[in-house]
Amino acid sequence: MANLKVRITFPETKIREPIIYNAGKNYKVVTNIRRADVNEKTGWVDLELLGEVEEIERAIAGMKAGGVKVDPIERNVIE
Amino acid sequence: MSKIKGLVCKECKKEYAAEAIHVCEFCFGPLEVAYDYEYIQTKISKEKIMNGPLSLWRYEDLLPIESTPTVGLHTGFTPMIHAKNLGLKLGLDHLYIKNDSVNPPTLSFKDRVVAVALTRAKELGFDTVACASTGNLANSVSANAAQAGFKCFVFIPADLEAGKILGNLVYNPTVIAVEGNYDDVNRLCSEIAGEYPWAFVNINLRPYYSEGSKTLAYETAEALDWQAPDHVVVPIASGSLLTKIYKGFHEFERLGLISNVSTQIHGAQALGCSPVATAFKKKTDFIQPVKPDTIAKSLAIGNPADGFYAIKIAQETGGVIESVTDKEILEGIKLLAENEGIFTETAGGVTVAVLKKLTDQGVLKKGESIVAYITGNGLKTQEAIAPAVGAPSLIQPNLKSFQQTLKEEAK
Repeated sequence: MANLKVRITFPETKIREPIIYNAGKNYKVVTNIRRADVNEKTGWVDLELLGEVEEIERAIAGMKAGGVKVDPIERNVIE
Repeated sequence: MSKIKGLVCKECKKEYAAEAIHVCEFCFGPLEVAYDYEYIQTKISKEKIMNGPLSLWRYEDLLPIESTPTVGLHTGFTPMIHAKNLGLKLGLDHLYIKNDSVNPPTLSFKDRVVAVALTRAKELGFDTVACASTGNLANSVSANAAQAGFKCFVFIPADLEAGKILGNLVYNPTVIAVEGNYDDVNRLCSEIAGEYPWAFVNINLRPYYSEGSKTLAYETAEALDWQAPDHVVVPIASGSLLTKIYKGFHEFERLGLISNVSTQIHGAQALGCSPVATAFKKKTDFIQPVKPDTIAKSLAIGNPADGFYAIKIAQETGGVIESVTDKEILEGIKLLAENEGIFTETAGGVTVAVLKKLTDQGVLKKGESIVAYITGNGLKTQEAIAPAVGAPSLIQPNLKSFQQTLKEEAK
């Protein structure tokens, strides 16, 4: 079992989509929101993903394909 | 007694031991070092600082290490120049340049943060240090690790230009080139940092690493005869540097080393990667990530972790966060070189161009004291400035040819 902390950023066009619900439904991952700031136009969610590494990676790919930005919790680590 | 109380979450204030951790397990907020300022007050004084080493370690009492410094013993204490020529050009009487383009050993301000991170890494028992970087950070970690005897891993995107990695290979670290786009490389590095018992300087050691930037504020105040300036102009990549310069001035004030701090903290970004400046102008604290497209590669952080905090500080101090075009960046580099004889990299061009812009806007005024932070050396980004500096005058090996050229030059 692995866990990964990510920051998801929603563009305005995706704010109404149940992206996190879908990740939990479509992949074998547990989604656990720790902190968030979402409004009608945009928003971000700090999320913990629990599961096997491959499933977490599939869930991230699925969320990205759904149109949200998924970064590590540290955001940009390449300086 | 120790000056370090531990780590504390910037968001929920949950406390942790001073270990190699960087994220709050409860709210996922960033951790920072909590100091015992009452204890530090009994140790620190202007006299002690002035009699200290000619390096950033003269401020050791305010840096997050528990034993004696072991890395970067010659880092910091860089020149602070009264930029009279540039000031005359811009109409500013008290303009100062803090020149970290000559910071040892690798000619950027990153040597400050890495000196602190690697000293702390040694204290915490690490034998391997690492970073993910496309430039200055990799240079600094590689060089300092070589001197300090650490094993060193540097992660880079596989499509990085060969020239950029030469400056690292010479120190003989293990350089891993990762295939994939920026986001893929970025995420992998975060995952590796979670898997291996290494000191990733800007990930699990970030609470200590980032504190090294405070020394730019300490040195500024000391050079101004123990006063904080009216304004500072700071380049923004992750936003961490700006927040730590603010913290540095206010720590000095809290400890009675300076008084009446009312410094306006201004931020500088390249227009092609300006998520913080954009949010500041929109008066929102939501940073919309961007895909960088600018010549200022060392500031090209599209999703900056400390952008939110940088905006808060600019707002609180009456500062402004501005952005400038690539053309203005090149003009900024030339303006500094032609007037002060300092060749800075593109990030410095951003700072000077924003300095000019804020002066033109009337934000910075003639009689005020202003400090601009020049954080890197132009020799590292020569390809960026090459198209803008012209070419030598070619002559034949005889006096007549030289005299002819001289006449043409005079025109």
